Amino acid sequence: MSVKEAELHLGEARHEVPHLGEQYETIEQQNDAYTIGMWAFIVQEVLFFGGLFASYAIYRFKYLYEFVAAHHTLSVPFGALNTFVLLVSSYTMARAVRAAMQQKHHKQLKYLLWTIFFASIFMVNKYFEYSAKYHHNLIPNQSYSAEEVIHHNHLKVENGMVDLGARKVPLEEFEGRTKLFFSFYFIMTGLHGLHVLVGIIVLSILAARAYMDWKRKVPHADYMPVEMTGLYWHFVDIVWIFLFPLLYLMGGQ
Amino acid sequence: MATTATHSSQERVNYLNVRTTVASWLLTMDHKRIGILYLLGITFFFFLGSLAAAAIRLELATPKGDLLSSDTYNKMFTIHGVLMIFFFLIPSIPAAFGNFVLPMMIGARDVAFPRLNLLSWYFFMIGGVLATIALLKGGIDTGWTFYTPYSSAFAKGEVSLAIVGVLLVGFSSIFTGINFLVTVHKMRAPGMTWFRLPLFVWAIYATSLIQVLGTPVVAITLLLVAVERSLGIGIFDPNRGGDPILFQHLFWFYSHPAVYIMVLPAMGVISEVIATFSRRRVFGYHFVAFSSLAIAIIGFLVWGHHMFTTGQSIYAGLAFSFLTFLVAIPSAIKTFNWMATIWKGRVHWDAPMIYALGFLGLFVIGGLTGLHLASLATNVHLTDTYFVVAHFHYVMVGGAIMGYLAALHYWWSKMTGKMYPQSWARLAALLVFVGFNLTFFPQFILGYMGMPRRYHSYPEEWWALNLLSSAGASVLALGYLLPAIYLVWSLKYGTAAGKNPWGARGLEWELVDALPSPHNFERTPIVTRPAYDYAHPEEPTAIYPTPRPVFAGGGKDG
Amino acid sequence: MAQHHREEHTHAQPVSFYAKTLWVLMALLVVTVWAGFQKMPDWFGIAVALTIAVSKATIVILNFMHVKFSSKLAWLFAGAGFFWLIIMFAFAFADYASRHWEPETGW
Repeated sequence: MSVKEAELHLGEARHEVPHLGEQYETIEQQNDAYTIGMWAFIVQEVLFFGGLFASYAIYRFKYLYEFVAAHHTLSVPFGALNTFVLLVSSYTMARAVRAAMQQKHHKQLKYLLWTIFFASIFMVNKYFEYSAKYHHNLIPNQSYSAEEVIHHNHLKVENGMVDLGARKVPLEEFEGRTKLFFSFYFIMTGLHGLHVLVGIIVLSILAARAYMDWKRKVPHADYMPVEMTGLYWHFVDIVWIFLFPLLYLMGGQ
Repeated sequence: MATTATHSSQERVNYLNVRTTVASWLLTMDHKRIGILYLLGITFFFFLGSLAAAAIRLELATPKGDLLSSDTYNKMFTIHGVLMIFFFLIPSIPAAFGNFVLPMMIGARDVAFPRLNLLSWYFFMIGGVLATIALLKGGIDTGWTFYTPYSSAFAKGEVSLAIVGVLLVGFSSIFTGINFLVTVHKMRAPGMTWFRLPLFVWAIYATSLIQVLGTPVVAITLLLVAVERSLGIGIFDPNRGGDPILFQHLFWFYSHPAVYIMVLPAMGVISEVIATFSRRRVFGYHFVAFSSLAIAIIGFLVWGHHMFTTGQSIYAGLAFSFLTFLVAIPSAIKTFNWMATIWKGRVHWDAPMIYALGFLGLFVIGGLTGLHLASLATNVHLTDTYFVVAHFHYVMVGGAIMGYLAALHYWWSKMTGKMYPQSWARLAALLVFVGFNLTFFPQFILGYMGMPRRYHSYPEEWWALNLLSSAGASVLALGYLLPAIYLVWSLKYGTAAGKNPWGARGLEWELVDALPSPHNFERTPIVTRPAYDYAHPEEPTAIYPTPRPVFAGGGKDG
Repeated sequence: MAQHHREEHTHAQPVSFYAKTLWVLMALLVVTVWAGFQKMPDWFGIAVALTIAVSKATIVILNFMHVKFSSKLAWLFAGAGFFWLIIMFAFAFADYASRHWEPETGW
């Protein structure tokens, strides 16, 4: 860029935009910075969850039969329903972002509330799933018992050995390894649930702001908070897109 | 910005005198003030970590374990490792100097996300305080690596609290990384193309990549250890079906690249200092720039070399060994280019340059001994001996701290407006260099003879070398104390430094005053020349655009 | 007027675009559940489930997260995380998969 061009560029950029941060020259620069920053944040989230996925994959590789047996105790209909709910919430989120870009705050509010609604359904479902696990003693703490896993898969236990078809495993080891599965199940879905919860909180704040913008009837040009929350929300959806088949489906029926 | 106008008649407004209340510091979003806050924080943790090091060297001055019990000794090296690595080395150059000078170097008023920047300092401080509480209250004896199953199933004490502290500083590091990545991408002044960037910026960019890509993995891993301790699940406990080697895989996926978080920024500083004091453009600019990225990327492919003797598959070991040798290539590219820069340069022997030369010597020794450890067969002999201890101290202390001290001496005048006494600074640099070699070179020999690390007593025949090492440590300590004294002294009695005391090129020297104004520049500058343009002294690196008429309500940046 | 100017810079797409995306995702969801109940070797089941999951994630990233319409830089950042994840998986698995291989004698 020549000096002349740069001077021109800087001069042009000085028109008033109320939400332009003082460290930025132009609103495009600010929006780009937010987008790239959010993506960098998502990159770190990918690797944060990635460490868990890698550990889970390695244990599934090591203890295939025990993990498959434990897989079967999870409810596919529940998992599928939750996937459905999150995918729809991603759609409503995308619509909310679109409405924010067009400064149609009533629509924006409506779609934000839908997103919160679906996210809440997801959490309610998770609550039911967790409490079912609790009733079957599948919470991986001191009171954990693999009885439900054995019962559910109709496995035979003889002389303290669990018959897994392909091989026999001592009951104690079977307990330890299925407990590992549930440790991962709870840590992965728990961390994901925490992200959903954070999402609900942020979405609620955005909804309140959208409500005020709508009431005031003043178009609000800064759609970036909604768009960035959208990126986050879609990422949470993506995590579940992987969690669902890995935990619920890949049981080798 | 109304204050700017009223002040300027008597005293120029700078980032320090613009506001002086405590709240103005604790809530500041000025990258320079946050840099200073970091500098104070890391100095504090460096001091604590050094005390632990002193205790270790005192104990090892005699063969018998007489001064410290083995338990206390374990806690001491854990304190030393945790504080020095997580709370000094990792944030040192990027968070303190990166914050202070990086936005100036690229012609920006601030980083892209000032609020996130402040948040990351708070994460750092809270994490540091929690870890310090954990280390003092009963202490932990896991070593800085928190190896399982010891840390998860056996170790008593405040392991979980320390882990929470490390987690927080980890996220602080991630936030800083995100901030710098976006800043370098989006905040460069017009005309500041990628290949006009100072090499320090390239180095910080590569460092930020590692911070963002690696740190979350160690965060989740340590989180698992903490969960394992509190809930009694067995992800890393072989008794319960877990796999401790998996912990090492995940831990070193971050922690090996983390050594490049420590040394890459130092390399960036060395590029700046060598160019300035040789009055010459860094030889092979493009190679030095890309070698930073190469180190960051290859650094992620070598972590298994920490696990050659753990039961990792030997085939994986072969691959990791080979890839480890590859890191030598970009490191050597840098070293040779720096030497080529000095050769035929007009060398000025100011204190930062002495530190930089010290860096070169120590880093070369540290790097070359790394090759002994990368090779499978010698690694089996040298694992967990003092050879390893000496090697990583040469890289992390010899490399990173020399770089840190070089940076401190180089940008001190910009930060404080004062100049320290040169002769004392040269003497301190020399003391650090000599003291460092006295301390750690004997440890190579000790390690080669088979002395294992992490024991508080050792056989009589290693006494002489250990005593030499402890004696060297006191010289080293003196070398660290001296700067602390004369730098603080210079705050009050130092001569006022001008804008550009070194005659250096670069935006932060040519356009920004010593004690920069709150927004660094009068207006956004336009960059017209590449970095280190010493060949054209008459051409400024950047100019201010001709002022435009200010519209009503405009002129946000003052 | 100002509004028109703004919209040119946003990635807002027609409603039908988002609706179609949702339908494709739903179809993939049905397919993956159906595939999960079929009898097939474990490795094949993994391959099928992961292929579908990756497709779904890619669709979400490109269409809902607007990467399709974003700068090269956004592509780069979106890709980097997944690329590094693959590095982690590949190298960690290289260890576990080859741990029981017998070394060749006389090497």
